[in-house]
Amino acid sequence: MAAKRKTPVKTRNPDLIRGVGKYSRSKMYHKRGLWAIKAKNGGVFPRHDPKPKAPAAADKPPKFYPAEDVKKPLLNKRKPKPTKLRASITPGTVLILLAGRFMGKRVVFLKQLTSGLLLVTGPFKINGVPLRRVNQSYVIATSTKVDISGVNVEKFDEKYFAKEVQKKKKKSEGEFFEAEKEDKKKLPEGKKEDQKAVDATLIKSIEGVPELKAYLAARFSLKSGMKPHELVF
Amino acid sequence: MPFKRYVEIGRVALVNYGKDYGKLVVIVDVIDQNRALVDAPDMVRGQMNFKRLTLTDITIDIPRVPKKKTLIEAMEKADVKTKWENSSWGRKLIVQKRRASLNDFDRFKLMLAKIKRAGVVRQELAKLKKENSS
Repeated sequence: MAAKRKTPVKTRNPDLIRGVGKYSRSKMYHKRGLWAIKAKNGGVFPRHDPKPKAPAAADKPPKFYPAEDVKKPLLNKRKPKPTKLRASITPGTVLILLAGRFMGKRVVFLKQLTSGLLLVTGPFKINGVPLRRVNQSYVIATSTKVDISGVNVEKFDEKYFAKEVQKKKKKSEGEFFEAEKEDKKKLPEGKKEDQKAVDATLIKSIEGVPELKAYLAARFSLKSGMKPHELVF
Repeated sequence: MPFKRYVEIGRVALVNYGKDYGKLVVIVDVIDQNRALVDAPDMVRGQMNFKRLTLTDITIDIPRVPKKKTLIEAMEKADVKTKWENSSWGRKLIVQKRRASLNDFDRFKLMLAKIKRAGVVRQELAKLKKENSS
């Protein structure tokens, strides 16, 4: 193939309507400059010999034929879109967790990760919720916002929260019947430092608002007479 | 027990059903046994069934079917808004609206305030009891 141009050329023959170009064949011949190319080549359009093709590898007969014809699955080129974040959830929003170990806890939203999960922190010193991922569907967004401008959350991504791969240890017969001596999984110091760094600025801005610290420390629960569909969060 | 609040031209009523729920309107004409022509400064004059209205104590002085401008002037003269907001019915509605619009954080602050107030009251009561018993 001839060398590709840096920018693809717009068609020199604009459409008058679909299927009908503005210029005729002879005009287009002139516009494309085929006469100049021919003139350079002595009246004949230049012809290049085809490049020598690399010899194709000899096809071996397959060593296995399935008993019945196997259907090939259809090609799927679908790319899932990133999870849409609810408009009520912005960085600094106080969220109420609805399920899991921290059910009912009010936490501060930091950012949405690439997988669509929300990155959230207690802060740890206030209500015991660490830097954690949480699904948007298991969360109520309140209209209370915390100032989150001083917090740097760039370094947290999906890889930070990936499970550590355990190396499998081969057990001998005798050891099988012993109680499994599992080392208690300790939190790496790095993660503790990250938590402290994020929480330091957050706690300062939380203490600036009266009673917000006690609010985040308390759990949410439905009391008698509260109708969730009538409550304003 | 005779009736005290009558349907009359100029009677202010509260809408208790429908699109205009909670609004104060003025009866400007009576159409027939069941319907009245009502008007308010912020709505288009239209008919409403009496069953959708609850009469209030307030009346204003207007001719039958006044122009919007006259209606607004009459309402200002009778000071309907302040009369309504100072009446116990009006005050109750305002409190209801405020309570319904409370945020989760607001409800938490309210709980703390209630507990504090109860504590102060209990302290005073204990003091008075002590004085009385001694």
